[in-house]
Amino acid sequence: MKRSPVFLVSILCFGFAFLYIPILSMIVYSFNASRLATVWGGFSTKWYVSLMSNEAVIKALVLSVQIAVVSATIATILGTMAGITLARFTKFRGRTLFSGLVTAPLIMPEVITGISMLIFFILMADWIGWPGQRGFTTITLAHITFCMIFVTTVVSARMVQTDRAIEEAAMDLGSRPWQVMFDITLPVISPAIISGWLLAFTISLDDVVISSFVTGPGSTTLPLLVWSKVRLGVTPDINALATLMIVTVGIGVAAAGIILHRSEKRRLAEERLAFRNND
Amino acid sequence: MSRGRFARWFDMRGWTLLLIGAPYVWLVILFLLPFLIVVAMSVATNTPTAPPFSYGGDHPWINLEPFSRVLTDGLYLRAFLTSIMNAFVAMVLCLLIGYPMALGLTRVSKSWRTILLMLVILPFWTSFLLRVYAWMGLMGKNSWFNGLLTDFWNFLVPLDWAIRSVPMMHTNFAVVLVMVYTYLPFMILPLYASLERLDPTLDEAAMDLGSRPYQVFLDVTLPQSIPGIIAGGMLVFIPAAGELVIPSLVGNASQPMIGKIIQDEFGQARDWPMASAVAVALLVLMVVPTMIYSRYQAKAEGAK
Repeated sequence: MKRSPVFLVSILCFGFAFLYIPILSMIVYSFNASRLATVWGGFSTKWYVSLMSNEAVIKALVLSVQIAVVSATIATILGTMAGITLARFTKFRGRTLFSGLVTAPLIMPEVITGISMLIFFILMADWIGWPGQRGFTTITLAHITFCMIFVTTVVSARMVQTDRAIEEAAMDLGSRPWQVMFDITLPVISPAIISGWLLAFTISLDDVVISSFVTGPGSTTLPLLVWSKVRLGVTPDINALATLMIVTVGIGVAAAGIILHRSEKRRLAEERLAFRNND
Repeated sequence: MSRGRFARWFDMRGWTLLLIGAPYVWLVILFLLPFLIVVAMSVATNTPTAPPFSYGGDHPWINLEPFSRVLTDGLYLRAFLTSIMNAFVAMVLCLLIGYPMALGLTRVSKSWRTILLMLVILPFWTSFLLRVYAWMGLMGKNSWFNGLLTDFWNFLVPLDWAIRSVPMMHTNFAVVLVMVYTYLPFMILPLYASLERLDPTLDEAAMDLGSRPYQVFLDVTLPQSIPGIIAGGMLVFIPAAGELVIPSLVGNASQPMIGKIIQDEFGQARDWPMASAVAVALLVLMVVPTMIYSRYQAKAEGAK
């Protein structure tokens, strides 16, 4: 485009200022010496120190990470299976219901998902005595259920792009179906599986609403702790916590982005090379 | 080759069955079943037992009283109205900010585009709760941002109208502002995806035929980006209408949104049938825009 649209550039600047000024302000105020979170009282790192020595925060963080690792891993396995199913098996009995089941949670308001799971868990405990107590197990089960949908979306989008001919060639050469999957399909879609896991991990780590419904006594995840704390107002140690999380996630996303970008570039280069060698 | 019968069965059918069956069974038990329980619960009768519902009494099996209360009781109607208004205004504002941003993203150079797209997605990966919290810091009475707005207001208006601070926290304005902030990436990304696919030569052709830039936009760009607008609008409206966290932190407690009502009916009032009926009503409300969207998409697919 030759013309440089001044209006578009200025709205881009405004938009990114809108997206990032609140975050930057929070980061700056996390180094505020004043107890009043909104008045500047000089530079200090004391809120980071008090955060690190806050046992409730550390406990909640450990619980959140445990739940996120377990649910992201199981959600990735189930979600990958569902994604392959969606992309490869176009005709089986119950496919319409299946594709409905993997899209409905995406458009279901979180409050409804949360309340339906809570009623389900309470009634199950009443009828068959399981789950005895709500907490780690129930949160993890709920997280697996809505995280796997996101993995399914990412994986099936990738599956549609991949070439079926390689899988068919392996079949013709005598590979058994599960060997084809482990030797060909999974390596090909591995970038999608990795980003699916990361997405599931972040969503689980970040979830407030559904966790707030299905949690039980003593099982406070980090978002639940933060939610109950910030309802009372702005506090400097939450600023410090937010800064740590944002910096961690920022580095993680940037690194993942660079790695994926490079591997994609290499893949394209290799494909081009293979194509040329075929001629 | 002497493979066992199980191995042969596994290759022929078992493998596929496992692949389809595992996620299928999981979703049926942990998503479909709980959902059906809520639907069934919405026609039950509230009782002071544990669990607090029954299907007997004055209304055997089907009790439509919760639904009639949703439609007649001002509390629920007001909550639905507040939710729809807030979500709708947030959606429109997201569109007004997001559309030019998405259009701008398609006009910058390739390397800038990668960086800027990453910057759009990055807040989405950071904690949702903390993004809401960031605005609590800005909107509070003593914050630099509120001070800036106050000074600006006082500079513009006569002395009598001068204010000490802008009352932003605990208003519907705050709820909408934070919704726009947290859901803006959901609007930008589908818009960008649909705008990026447009053929720039169409613009040039329209220009060559004498169209003014704004005419090119109205006649060429805008009609082609309608699928992106609808997708982005849905992605903002649906979570915004059912929002629970944002109004609980920055909203006005005397004007609850529907998510809060569901939570209170279930928790404080212990009225499971009522909570379920409100949830089902919210879902019906969500289904309408979803149907419009999928019908539109089907039509667009058919046109190709």
